[in-house]
Amino acid sequence: MAQVSRITLPLMLRLPAEFHLQMLGHCLHGLPDEACGLLAGDPVTGDVTAIYRTRNVADSARYYTVDPREHLRADRDAESHGSSIIGVFHSHTHTDAYPSPTDVSQAPDPSWHYVLVSLRDTHPVVRSYRIAEGRIMEESVVLKPHELTPS
Amino acid sequence: MPVDVRLPTVLRSQAGGQASVPVDGNTIGDVLRTLVGEHPGLKGQVLTNDGALHKFVNVYVNDDDVRYLQSLDTPVKDGDEISILPAVAGGMGATAEG
Repeated sequence: MAQVSRITLPLMLRLPAEFHLQMLGHCLHGLPDEACGLLAGDPVTGDVTAIYRTRNVADSARYYTVDPREHLRADRDAESHGSSIIGVFHSHTHTDAYPSPTDVSQAPDPSWHYVLVSLRDTHPVVRSYRIAEGRIMEESVVLKPHELTPS
Repeated sequence: MPVDVRLPTVLRSQAGGQASVPVDGNTIGDVLRTLVGEHPGLKGQVLTNDGALHKFVNVYVNDDDVRYLQSLDTPVKDGDEISILPAVAGGMGATAEG
């Protein structure tokens, strides 16, 4: 698909720490199957402003499919908050946090961030990529600390 | 009778950058065929060469996935909102390294 020029933007995903934890929790809760979800935010800066933990309707340890109706609800919710869906995360239960051939061949949008959570080892590993025209480019994941409310 | 069709980001460049386009039709099939006719860049992304719904997209009438209705024969009426979103899928695959 088109819009490959978007990947010339800085390769960075800026993820609030609480979303990072929610993502890991969702992936661990999904075991033994793969888990998945969507990320909303700013497509230019890569700032994530919302996370949607979705059902894996493939019900599989080797494949995931984001529940289409939850995708629609997430898309509308993001739009209502002035943002958009900018990426997807999913777990690999027994392999590295690296896009598989299946991930690459089915990547829906070259402007999206593709976050992989590996649960192979004791400690989960989180990495993020851009995938365009079959090419895989890793990007930085910057964890943003919790914002303290002024007293 | 035009209905609004919401397009995903990845397809908007094929429709003049519009997020939503009005399209005439009485069924989802009518609407999508007209949409592709008016925006040929969408050909092969929404419908297959055989005219079937492409497996890499999901199409909704309001809140419902048309694959769980009557697919391309699903009727549409004035005021309905049609949404097209990419199917989001993948996974480590069938092989150990896949």
